[in-house]
Amino acid sequence: MSEQSKDKVIKNVEGNGQKPTSPNADLKFDFASFWEYSDAPESSDHIEILEKYDHFIDGEFVKPVKGRYMTSINPSTGKSLTQFAEGTSEDVDKAVKSARKAYTKVWKNLSGKERGKYIFRIARMIQERSRELAITESMDGGKPIRESRDVDVPLAAAYFFYYAGWADKLEYAFPGRKHESLGVCGQIIPWNFPLLMLAWKIAPALATGNTVVLKPAESTPITALKFAEICRDAGLPKGVVNIVTGAGQTGAALVDHPDVNKIAFTGSTAVGKIIQKSIAGTDKKFTLELGGKGANIIFEDAPLDQAVEGIVNAIFFNQGHVCCAGSRLLVQEGVAETLIMKLKNRMETLIVGDPLDKNTDIGAINSQSQFDKINDHLKIGVEEGASMYQSSCKIPDEGYYCRPTIFTNVSQSNRIVQEEIFGPVLTIQTFRTPDEAIEKANNTQFGLAGGVWTDKGSKIFKVGSKLKSGVVWANTYNKFDPTSPFGGYKESGMGREGGLHGLQGYLKFKF
Amino acid sequence: MNTTVLPDFHQTIPIDTIGVEERVSRLNKRSIKKESKLQALKLALSMIDHTTLEGKDSPGKVISLCSKASKPYAALPDLPSVAAVCVYPTMVSIAKKALEGSTVKVASVATAFPSGMAPLQVKIEDTKFAVGEGADEIDMVLSRGQFLSGNYSFIFDEIASIKEACGDAHLKVILETGELETLENVRKASDIAMHAGADFIKTSTGKISPAATQPVTLVMLEAIRDYYLNTGIMIGMKPAGGIRKAKEALQYLVLVKETLGAEWLSPDWFRFGASSLTNDLLMQIVKQETGVYQSINYFSND
Repeated sequence: MSEQSKDKVIKNVEGNGQKPTSPNADLKFDFASFWEYSDAPESSDHIEILEKYDHFIDGEFVKPVKGRYMTSINPSTGKSLTQFAEGTSEDVDKAVKSARKAYTKVWKNLSGKERGKYIFRIARMIQERSRELAITESMDGGKPIRESRDVDVPLAAAYFFYYAGWADKLEYAFPGRKHESLGVCGQIIPWNFPLLMLAWKIAPALATGNTVVLKPAESTPITALKFAEICRDAGLPKGVVNIVTGAGQTGAALVDHPDVNKIAFTGSTAVGKIIQKSIAGTDKKFTLELGGKGANIIFEDAPLDQAVEGIVNAIFFNQGHVCCAGSRLLVQEGVAETLIMKLKNRMETLIVGDPLDKNTDIGAINSQSQFDKINDHLKIGVEEGASMYQSSCKIPDEGYYCRPTIFTNVSQSNRIVQEEIFGPVLTIQTFRTPDEAIEKANNTQFGLAGGVWTDKGSKIFKVGSKLKSGVVWANTYNKFDPTSPFGGYKESGMGREGGLHGLQGYLKFKF
Repeated sequence: MNTTVLPDFHQTIPIDTIGVEERVSRLNKRSIKKESKLQALKLALSMIDHTTLEGKDSPGKVISLCSKASKPYAALPDLPSVAAVCVYPTMVSIAKKALEGSTVKVASVATAFPSGMAPLQVKIEDTKFAVGEGADEIDMVLSRGQFLSGNYSFIFDEIASIKEACGDAHLKVILETGELETLENVRKASDIAMHAGADFIKTSTGKISPAATQPVTLVMLEAIRDYYLNTGIMIGMKPAGGIRKAKEALQYLVLVKETLGAEWLSPDWFRFGASSLTNDLLMQIVKQETGVYQSINYFSND
């Protein structure tokens, strides 16, 4: 209550003809100079990561036929974490044969109730090993422990619990329609949510009576291999779940294998197109979960302080490595200046650093190649004439880190607005009318997710129903639940995962 | 003088309760360890308005309260004093005398605390009496009935009148958020109080449940932030009632730090209205300093 503060009274805004939004935009808050949080690292001493991992085929870990291994690094240090087998077509063939045998001999003959028991058991074992899985996920992938602990791992368990419940109720899922399982499913998952994407794929496949060959991403294979241990320890019949590690060629071998009945893929649109070409002319069923460039629309009647949180969750969650990220902010002109100021203030409080520190908000970029790609796009944005703003936070000297970044003065034709950057990079455009917002939101090759922020319920439905995207969040962003279907319009993919809809991709309908 | 244009208080600033709760829950995940914990415990101690507001308060009790306020724990003489004691107007002179020579301020509730159900003239007299007895700070109550009926100009004028009656004493305006019920009302009452001349805005009397909550506090801190950006004037914040544990106090400090920043992390700008919180902070400080918890019997209940 010092007198000095009273002297800080700044100029009158009355009658100067300008909008009275933020006359003191030059006033700054000092978030750093006093009471810094001490380091609060989650201990990783008790986490066992083997020096070398083999494929998991027919219920046991087996060496790769060609004997080649790849390295998984910890992106927060750039140092090697483990070696894992590089899968070749021979390995994939072994895995598919094992899955086929398990399918015909065991799994498809089990009652739904019996299958459900195994899936419930797996869900519980994920919970039991949740701490270990969360720490491993953060070490291998770079995501903050706050997210792997509170989002990735609990949600992964939740998907198994949810689909375990469907296993013995399938005949009631689609009234009046008869269906049967597909057979062997080849599943290829990305590096942004390794264990969670595994759960999205494996849980519905097993519940519907299929067997699985899964290939995790080459930068984040470890939690999938720990999941293999869980399958083994749960007594899951041999060959029902097989895990073959490797990079693009391993995935291609799985896609091209003639005895695979379905391909489920989550990853980039470019690879999705290759997969579609490869399986054209076969009777392989497929679901594709591809890229996105989600529009997060803020109307002037929105709760602004909560919208700022929503923007932060939309683009800075998991370093922006989220296919449904709200990477394009569309904000109504009247509140744009205020909102951007609030967002910049909020960005100053984000902590970038060690993924294992419990206070870290933004961890490490997943890999060198993704790091390069993001930095390329930062350069492109500046070259395109956009104004770049980055928070002033400290970042560690080693490892791959990117400060939270926003671009203003961008146009719809800019590459940074059109292309998926997959990093903590937000573009901000303004709009005047709801129609303009809808048009800009839909003017993209993608259509995975979007957000609408307004205090007016009718506007949520009116705008939401006109957005061409698979998911629309209202007054929130990046919320996931096993009961809710997820998937894309346009080049963001085909098919739905999650919920009742997620069962369809793993069933063949007879009538 | 503040020449900022007054907002139209009949316009409501939209606030999404679920969003506020999510923000609070995320802030609660901050892990405060080691040096930052000890630093925060001592800071919280220095921010306490050590309070007794009971009909049965005696001079003896107030004197004990003051003694605890200026020297919270004899075994650790280097600990800071609390910021203030908070008492009824009739106890101000006793507290003032007991605290002579210390840095601890005397705050007095006034304006027909806790209900505020009295005519303006009585409230002004009540305030002037407390100031005359030596109160450094006045904690007034908002007329909730008038606020809820939409009579915002009444509220504004009343706060302005009390501010005038305060003279040099600082004015804290108690919104009694438990009776305002919605966060949008909390925001509106905060805005009116700040524009009308409050030096501090305060959540609760402690006589109504719920008293201080973190979502309410966050909304008030955001109102202070926006007011600062619009006027350049800093306003203080005081959550009061229901904060009993050191851990909660640290959570409040995180709210302040990440909403308003370092400048507000001082007893000049942030206070806790509490009584039992003092002892829990002391217990935790002793634990941090010595590595072991002391029995509650080692801490005086004043």
